[in-house]
Amino acid sequence: MSEPIIRLQNVNKWYGQFHVLKDLNLDVAPSERIVICGPSGSGKSTMIRCINRLEEHQEGKIIVDGTELTNDLKQIEAIRRDVGMVFQHFNLFPHMTVLENLTLGPVWVLKQPKAEAEATAMKYLERVRIPDQANKYPGQLSGGQQQRVAIARSLCMNPKIMLFDEPTSALDPEMVKEVLDVMVELAEETGMTMLCVTHEMGFARKVADRVIFMDHGEIIEENVPDAFFDNPQNERTKLFLSQILH
Amino acid sequence: MDRTLPGTDRLPPRADTGVVGWLRSRLFSSPLNSILTILALWLLMLAIPALIDYLFVKPDFAATTAAQCRETGGYCWAFVREKHRLILFGIYPYDEQWRPLLASVILVGAIVCSCIRWFWKPFLGLLWVVALVAVGVLMWGGVLGLTYVENAKWGGLPLTLILSTFGIAFAFPFGLLLALGRRSHMPGVKAVCVVYIELIRGVPLVSLLFMSSVMLPLFLPEGFSIDKLLRAQIAIILFAAAYVAETVRGGLQAIPKGQYEGADSLGLGYWQQMRKIILPQALKIVIPPLVGIFISLFKDTSLVVIIGIFDLTQAAKAAVSDAVWRGFSTESYLFISVIYFIFCYSISRYSLSLERKLDQGQRR
Repeated sequence: MSEPIIRLQNVNKWYGQFHVLKDLNLDVAPSERIVICGPSGSGKSTMIRCINRLEEHQEGKIIVDGTELTNDLKQIEAIRRDVGMVFQHFNLFPHMTVLENLTLGPVWVLKQPKAEAEATAMKYLERVRIPDQANKYPGQLSGGQQQRVAIARSLCMNPKIMLFDEPTSALDPEMVKEVLDVMVELAEETGMTMLCVTHEMGFARKVADRVIFMDHGEIIEENVPDAFFDNPQNERTKLFLSQILH
Repeated sequence: MDRTLPGTDRLPPRADTGVVGWLRSRLFSSPLNSILTILALWLLMLAIPALIDYLFVKPDFAATTAAQCRETGGYCWAFVREKHRLILFGIYPYDEQWRPLLASVILVGAIVCSCIRWFWKPFLGLLWVVALVAVGVLMWGGVLGLTYVENAKWGGLPLTLILSTFGIAFAFPFGLLLALGRRSHMPGVKAVCVVYIELIRGVPLVSLLFMSSVMLPLFLPEGFSIDKLLRAQIAIILFAAAYVAETVRGGLQAIPKGQYEGADSLGLGYWQQMRKIILPQALKIVIPPLVGIFISLFKDTSLVVIIGIFDLTQAAKAAVSDAVWRGFSTESYLFISVIYFIFCYSISRYSLSLERKLDQGQRR
């Protein structure tokens, strides 16, 4: 395995008294696609939110692309430039048009000229198949369209790593596929490292290099998708899979 | 049969549309509503004819003296004709009163320009610099062949406008910083802001004005004094800023955590987040209460009378104290009420239109 792009070493985190991440260890290779699943409250979202410091870990080390996450704001901002994130509830900026949402980061953080940022933005809007919505406000789009805008917004920053935090959980059922299609394409056409918290098992089988199962703040089991789904080893994994694959 | 097919739309029932429909749904929808409607009509019928009678029918428009006014009764227009310049410009030298008039017009013009979106460009700052210099030159004089008028002689409307314009212009950004400070993660900054806001909000404006005019000079070194008008201005700014801060804080708290996280995930720094993401949304939410603060600030400037500054209200009082025109306080106060109302109502209407404009296309 080549030098990992993300490395978690004995990471611990508590919410008050509640031990939410317990001694997590994880190495992610560049270009690797990992799907993380597990029951709610298992710490899977918290884990990926620690990778771009939306949550702070209390013990252990998190190293992203050679830089260790500490309290140093400059380092945190540097890492966030390289790590894109897609949220369950999109978190688009409702007072800006789609195009403004997409160019905000490139113009203000990467200091790109506006015209260049807009050209890039249009390119990614084509890619997520909604270039015609560029001048609308997020509130005028459907959930699926909003999530695709959110994906495009992250891509505009040209990140090395993409984090997906349950990207399809808040969508109406008929819109899940359009978002997953975009994500599959992204996985197949780019060499981007992807970490995705999701229960979309079809997606996991299709694109994941590795599936990780978490429960009670620990990584219980990890394996390549086929082996993970067809031959789970741990009792808790079996129970979980039987509950979601009905 | 046809109606149940999809795709065929029908018009709403006749009774719900048009004048009759509107009357029925808005004014007579329930017994209580009908009673209230009738009551309101009755009150209007009492008030409006009486008001017209008082203002236009009874008074003798040709009257020129107090005695003639007393004879006919009703609103004494002669009083307004006689005293409006004193009320509007205070004790500013009579022959120079075109200067405060022009200064007021420039100030109001600059404010109106600032309200129009087309002007929201960098040159608006330049426009304000020019306007303020012009106002200063006109009011003080001493240059360009204008005689010098010390600011103790300023009064009336221009003074009210100056106090409230600067009050809003400085209290708003200061309040904004206080609101951000109160939500800061840095305990020192937070503590200072909380103490400041709570102290100021726990004290009436009148006492702040007294402190600034009576107590402050006691603490200043001998021979060093700050102008009385400036002291009152600072007191007003400090006071309004605390209220602006609390209002803006309410707006900040209404912004979902996801907005901060979305901005964080793009790598935006704190000030970029505030400027581009959080404040535009938070301020939009608090436009109505914020405008409420500005309106009350405009009216509260009348409290400077207690430290002897000659603003619009004080000027109205002075006009009545003239022995010849004693007893016409209704005329005087009605006159300034109309002026206050015009300004406050304009601010209020503008805020409504601003809300509507900012709302376009982005309702969630």
